[in-house]
Amino acid sequence: MASRSLGIAFLVTLLLALSLPIASAQTVQLTGAGASFPYPIYSKWFDEYYRETGVQINYQSIGSGGGVRQLLSRTVDFGASDAPMTDEELAQAERPIVHIPTVIGAVSVVYNIPGVPQSGLKLTPEVLADIFLGEITRWNDPRIQALNPDLNLPNTHIIVARRADASGTTYTFSDYLSAVSEKWAQRVGVGRSLNWPTGLGARGNEGVAGLVRQTPGAIGYVEQAYAEQNNLAQAALQNKDGYFVLPSLEGASLTAAGVEMPPDYRVSIVNGSGKDAYPIATFTWLLVYQDAWDHEKGKHLAEFLWWAIHDGQRFAPELNYAPLPDAVVKSLEETLAGLVYNGQPLLNR
Amino acid sequence: MTSHAATEKSRSRPAPPSPQDIRRKHVGDALFRGITALAAASVLALAAIYVVQMALNSWEAVRHFGWSFVVGTTWDPVFEEFGALPVIWGTVISSLLALLIAVPISLGVSIYLTEIAGRRIRRIIEFLIEILASIPSVVYGLWGIFVLVPLVRSIQPHLTSWFGFLPLFQGPPFGYGMLTAGIILAIMILPIMTSLTREALHAVPNHQREASLALASTRWEMIRHAVLPYNKSGIIAAIVLGLGRALGETMAVTMVIGNQPTISTSLFMPAQTIASLIANEFAEASSSLYLSVLIELGLLLFGITLLLNVGARLLVNRISHAGGRRR
Amino acid sequence: MSKTNHSAARSRKRRQLADRLMSGLTMVCVAISVIPLVSILGYLIYKGAGAINWDFLTKLPAPVGASGGGMANSIVGTGIVVGLAVLIGVPIGVLAGVYLAEYGRQSRLGRSVRFFADVMQGIPSIVVGIVAYTLVVLPMQRFSAIAGAVALAMILIPFVCRTTEEALAATPHDLREAGLALGQPQWRVTLGIVMRAARNALVTGIMLAAARISGETAPLLFTALNNRFWHSGIDQPISTLTVQVYTYAIAPFDDWNAQAWSGALVLIAIIFVLNVVARTAARSKYVERS
Repeated sequence: MASRSLGIAFLVTLLLALSLPIASAQTVQLTGAGASFPYPIYSKWFDEYYRETGVQINYQSIGSGGGVRQLLSRTVDFGASDAPMTDEELAQAERPIVHIPTVIGAVSVVYNIPGVPQSGLKLTPEVLADIFLGEITRWNDPRIQALNPDLNLPNTHIIVARRADASGTTYTFSDYLSAVSEKWAQRVGVGRSLNWPTGLGARGNEGVAGLVRQTPGAIGYVEQAYAEQNNLAQAALQNKDGYFVLPSLEGASLTAAGVEMPPDYRVSIVNGSGKDAYPIATFTWLLVYQDAWDHEKGKHLAEFLWWAIHDGQRFAPELNYAPLPDAVVKSLEETLAGLVYNGQPLLNR
Repeated sequence: MTSHAATEKSRSRPAPPSPQDIRRKHVGDALFRGITALAAASVLALAAIYVVQMALNSWEAVRHFGWSFVVGTTWDPVFEEFGALPVIWGTVISSLLALLIAVPISLGVSIYLTEIAGRRIRRIIEFLIEILASIPSVVYGLWGIFVLVPLVRSIQPHLTSWFGFLPLFQGPPFGYGMLTAGIILAIMILPIMTSLTREALHAVPNHQREASLALASTRWEMIRHAVLPYNKSGIIAAIVLGLGRALGETMAVTMVIGNQPTISTSLFMPAQTIASLIANEFAEASSSLYLSVLIELGLLLFGITLLLNVGARLLVNRISHAGGRRR
Repeated sequence: MSKTNHSAARSRKRRQLADRLMSGLTMVCVAISVIPLVSILGYLIYKGAGAINWDFLTKLPAPVGASGGGMANSIVGTGIVVGLAVLIGVPIGVLAGVYLAEYGRQSRLGRSVRFFADVMQGIPSIVVGIVAYTLVVLPMQRFSAIAGAVALAMILIPFVCRTTEEALAATPHDLREAGLALGQPQWRVTLGIVMRAARNALVTGIMLAAARISGETAPLLFTALNNRFWHSGIDQPISTLTVQVYTYAIAPFDDWNAQAWSGALVLIAIIFVLNVVARTAARSKYVERS
């Protein structure tokens, strides 16, 4: 009779397991997916927001491309991307989609060179492009050595680590390389996924950071927060005005301050000018339908967005993101007031 | 049969079935049979669903690219130029590598288990191999990232310095790449290949062995001339099924292969397989053409593994179990 | 004469040497195939056991950067998705198996079902994920535990179908004849007598199937997705151990890597228990009969 009691035990566990969701069925849960670039701050926000309001926002960092695709097929309540949606993608949407910038982030070029543990390897845009094009293949290449006369660079292979999934970080990075390198613009171009000439692919900012950390001789690009949290060495890039700058919040803010914001917030801020401006920076956006599909979810989402652009901003610096400029917050308040369900505004403020 | 017995029986049993009873029995039987037949048919329907769903959803890509899809070498989502050759290459080569490693080992283990090992040791080894079979793919991948990749990375410079004149052993020490994927796959297909090969050897009738031994063969000669040739089709089926497994394996491969869809001659360069490409890009493909291309790849993989499995099953069904060794 | 003797002795020696050598080689093969197992289990325990504690088993994941947190939602999630898959798949698989064993041994439907059930066990699980995405996620317009369960059920059905058939085919034919001779309709003979006799083997098959789908990751990636919180219903995204281990394994955070090992250890433990239960059920058949 052993099997019968086993069978009963199995059924009981099953029923127990199935009854569990009832316990949490009352809570509101929103699902979002997309960029891994802002994942550290989003996970902080959603954790904090859950504690303050009890609203659960489940965010999966599957990559910006995924954020856009899943939003368009409406399998998620909101998307996230650090590449603005193209006109073509927007045209596919059944209802208008609004871009809500949330924070500004910088993309760090990170490396793992044996014997060079510290940050500050100097790279010019041309050298950076040639490394990622696979034309410079050793760390002691004369062109790198000439920029860094003080460093003892080893005679080892350069291992390029890059994204295997569709990514807004890739978009920003390739946007920058295309802006500074003719060769890159022609051969590779700008996009969330690229036809990479070389390198190891990894999934998410997490994956690239993990790859760089575990692979001696690697170079990669990740959101600055990932570089900081993993103590990865970061390169100093030569900006438009000829200065070598390390990634920093101030540098990213300065880059953002130099551009004029269009009304739909879709703007590229790479290669900005200014002595301290760090050249690879971007806004990151949450993507929402202007006319919500579901009243309750839409309302919770609008309220969260309002919280994010106000209260949420204070978490940005500690997680290595630059907060939004005040002017942008002001204009966003109007945008959020324009979110509706059946023509009725979702926010009553 | 005496009348006494008949009354006995009629007392212990209810009256003979009335016509209604019989009809009900027929209805009940027909109903039950119908339900089970429906369930059985749903297995066929499931197979059809695979084909129809994937064919429908990949139609856009099939129409757009035609046959050039399978020979194109560029995988460029930016300009929507999709060629599947690099991932087909990666899939086939990583699987062949796995076979190269796993076939001799599984054959050796099976021979040991059927012809050499004592009962006790055989039980233990069979148990261990069953555990190996039950380890999930993602756990192999985890082990791959943190144990196998650093190992390959540390061994590669030596191999390159010895055999670096061969293109097979050139390239920077990534650690992630074709060879690592091949090794992981070999470990993963080892259990199924071993158990199928073992079954094939079990099916060899004992008189084969006895006859060979009677001719004063050594044990090895017996194995080589009387056992292995007898059930070639069973052994080939095991290899084919192992190949099918390796081609479709996803998680462990995607975690160690390096995810770079290019064709390289080096064992150490990163590559990409059909399954790992789908795992990486499926949730993210932003245009409908891109998505359709990925589903077409899935269909391709489905077709290949289906053919292999059909072939292997046809071979397996030919194995005769008559007169085989007792377990 | 003595020369031939001599050469015969030499050739015998050579043949015996070859025999020993090849026997030795097969043992080397055994050793090689056991090494990865020892290494994997060793690392799992060495790296995973340390981080398993009460928090790990009862808490939700911590946000990035904060240490602590656990995988409680993933452990429960795996139970729910696998349980749902069993609920969906087992009735279909068992009934189909009954058809194969009792009605369709030789029929055309029976033969083709048997063949396709075998063949479908070789379909790559990532393909199952794609089909479940187009079949469930797109029409429902959300990732959900249900979608994940459907994907797993698609793997489970052919497997259970075949184990059920084998279990029923192994029961003595006398049982059926005895039942039918008592005037029982065939469906009652099948349900009440044959299946009862084969009960243990049936349970074994189902448990083995459950163990197998518990370890699947690829079909869940774009069906069940993942969830940082408790799922808020089975029509919502849900976390599972396998997907969580994958996410944590490729991440750059030490905390997460460590938790990936612990998660993997828990996963292996669950699968191991299911396997042991299955084998115990299989063995108890003989105990009961004697």
